[in-house]
Amino acid sequence: MARGPDIDVPTLREFRDIPAIQEGAMAHLSPFVAKPEHQEPLGFPGELVDNWQEKAIDKMGDLLGKYRALPVFLDSCVKCGACTDKCHYFLGTQDPKNMPVARQDLFRQVYRRYFTWAGKIFPWLVGAKDLTKEVLDDWYKYFHQCSECRRCSVFCPYGIDTAEITMAARDIMDHIGVGQKYSNEIIGKVHTIGNNLGLPTPALINTLEGLEEDIEEETGIAVRLPLDEQGADVLLVTPSADFFAEPHVDGLIGYAKVFHQAGIRWTVSSHASEAANFGIFIGSYEQMHKVSNRIRTAALELGVKRVVFGECGHAWRVAYSFLNSLAGPWDFLDPKYPTPQHICEVTYDLIQQGALNLDPTANDDKVLTFHDSCNVARGSRMGNIPGGQFDIPRAVLKASANHFVDMDPETICEKTFCCGGGGGLLTDDLLELRVKGALPRMEALKEVVETHGVTHMAAICAICKSQFSKVMPFYGLPMDMIVSVHQIVSNAIQLGTKE
Amino acid sequence: MGLVTVTYALLFYFAALVLVVGVGAKVYQYAKTPAPLIIPTTPAPTTQMGVVFRMAREIFLFQSLYKANKWIWLFGFIFHAALVLVLLRHFRYFTEPVWLPIALIQDIGVYAGFAMVFGLGALWARRFLVERIRYISGPSDHLMLALLIGIGLSGLNLRFLAKTDIIAVKSFFLGLMRFDWQPLPGDFTLLLHLGLVLTLMIIFPFSKLLHAPGVFFSPTRNQIDNPRERRHLAKWAAAIGDAGKD
Ligand code: SF4
Ligand code: SF4
Repeated sequence: MARGPDIDVPTLREFRDIPAIQEGAMAHLSPFVAKPEHQEPLGFPGELVDNWQEKAIDKMGDLLGKYRALPVFLDSCVKCGACTDKCHYFLGTQDPKNMPVARQDLFRQVYRRYFTWAGKIFPWLVGAKDLTKEVLDDWYKYFHQCSECRRCSVFCPYGIDTAEITMAARDIMDHIGVGQKYSNEIIGKVHTIGNNLGLPTPALINTLEGLEEDIEEETGIAVRLPLDEQGADVLLVTPSADFFAEPHVDGLIGYAKVFHQAGIRWTVSSHASEAANFGIFIGSYEQMHKVSNRIRTAALELGVKRVVFGECGHAWRVAYSFLNSLAGPWDFLDPKYPTPQHICEVTYDLIQQGALNLDPTANDDKVLTFHDSCNVARGSRMGNIPGGQFDIPRAVLKASANHFVDMDPETICEKTFCCGGGGGLLTDDLLELRVKGALPRMEALKEVVETHGVTHMAAICAICKSQFSKVMPFYGLPMDMIVSVHQIVSNAIQLGTKE
Repeated sequence: MGLVTVTYALLFYFAALVLVVGVGAKVYQYAKTPAPLIIPTTPAPTTQMGVVFRMAREIFLFQSLYKANKWIWLFGFIFHAALVLVLLRHFRYFTEPVWLPIALIQDIGVYAGFAMVFGLGALWARRFLVERIRYISGPSDHLMLALLIGIGLSGLNLRFLAKTDIIAVKSFFLGLMRFDWQPLPGDFTLLLHLGLVLTLMIIFPFSKLLHAPGVFFSPTRNQIDNPRERRHLAKWAAAIGDAGKD
């Protein structure tokens, strides 16, 4: 098996048995802590505050009164164990604290101690614990080994979603001065520069012009990628990785070609040049709200009629499920279209109307499969019917390519495995976790590679794409196996035949 | 009126009060705490009717648990279904005349008693045999199973071996309900059975048994998937919105 620098890459299991537990297997790993310059711009204390214990309990009480999910989830777990083998991080690391219920228990033990009679009077009986420094350390480690993917919530008889607990724990930690550098630094960049990657407007202009030239060179057709264009119909909000990372950028080219062929006037905004909303990762309603409202401002300023999101997983969850709450109402947009829309919905509708000329033979060199991104699969929808988030991207792929096979049904759709890099964990200080957490997806992929000759896996999430390009080589798979859905569309679309 | 009767009578009033007020307080807490964001685990129903069906599948069939693990589902389902029958069977101690459906299930209720103990035993065995479940089980998880099995076994014992004067037991409970106390037979098995039931009633609102009311309030299961069509805004969240918008 391939070995990374310091990482024991888990061996692919022939029968995918549930692994034995290995206590403390990941106790050495925690991400870099945010420095004061990452904390303070978000309104969080720069470092661990003196009365942190008291502050943390206060914040916990505050959250318990704000989110119904918390008291319900904390009280209802019966320790049935149904979720214990459902987390990709447990399957890949064998650390029992990565079992969803055990992860929740890190939070629950403190909740019980300070907020329940049983925990106050008989702490030993119900596993209640004081919030000590050791407990805080465990929180920091293991609430940063959860990608908030919601897989556990599918299987829990009470729908307990560990992601909600993780978000609450991170929010509490931020409020006592123990933030995670990666997420908080990025949110800061969104506020100051407009996107996660810190691309300033001139760089954006350059990139988009470069892409226009590339497309024209390759196809002979002038396709525009406009920035800040007043009066465009569609505001495209896309993850900033789409502007230059591979294979993301091929997806962006795909969206541009779709808009071009359909004759839709669209624009990117420099003010909202980022679809991602890392506010969700740190469980901060305030940050999510602030980040979301950039989109509202941009839509108003540019006078667009529709807001469309590019391929990004959790961004689509925040957009689909929360944007109306956070930055609505959207009554100034065209009511004929839902707000917001996913680019796959747009492309799918255009295909239905016959507005696109797709030649699937253009992708005949590939056998494709599709990775359902966790937050799209379990935290959002596309189209009008439940499950549209599974059918629509597949329909778009099948319209653009002839060879498509799905992976093991236990690993797709609502049961999909996270790529291993979601939830604010796509950082090199957590590379070991990312490699190990990718195991279940890699096993399912290897299987279709061997049985069906799959050559490429398409995804609709910037994090999935970056994560897979990075970790696939650890499993002996080429990094360019991962492609954007709209990259496949881009290959198939016959420019100059419809417009 | 003996000491035993007075003690148990008072305890039953106390336990009933704790159960009703305790669970009521929790339900009130769940109901009044806002759910500011739409978080159903998708795919989720897009209509209220759809949600009713989803909840019904969860509550009566344990749909999610079925997806997760067939063994836990099987044993959990046997236990809960049997528990319902056993509880219904016990209605005969609280109704006069006994309602017909309750009279009809008396026999099957006895079998259900065995099934209940079996289901609980199997669930308990998993707590020892399956390493992952052993890891997450705490003292209260074991004690809860012991308590329930104790109730089941003492009840079966009363039915088959240490029979008691059930006519007297019934008049004790009818008396409790009518505030006209009647003597309770003093045999040990009966007092043990009732003592364990009292314990269960009292700890209910402070334990994981809260999953029973909790399941109705789980936002990942009971929310409608309609965030694009309807704007959801909690009061506290609206306050942030007003401050942030210019
Ligand atoms: S499946 Fe749900 S109830 Fe069961 S142990 Fe996990 S979180 Fe608790
Ligand atoms: S949300 Fe995902 S990563 Fe977090 S505990 Fe559940 S399955 Fe694991």
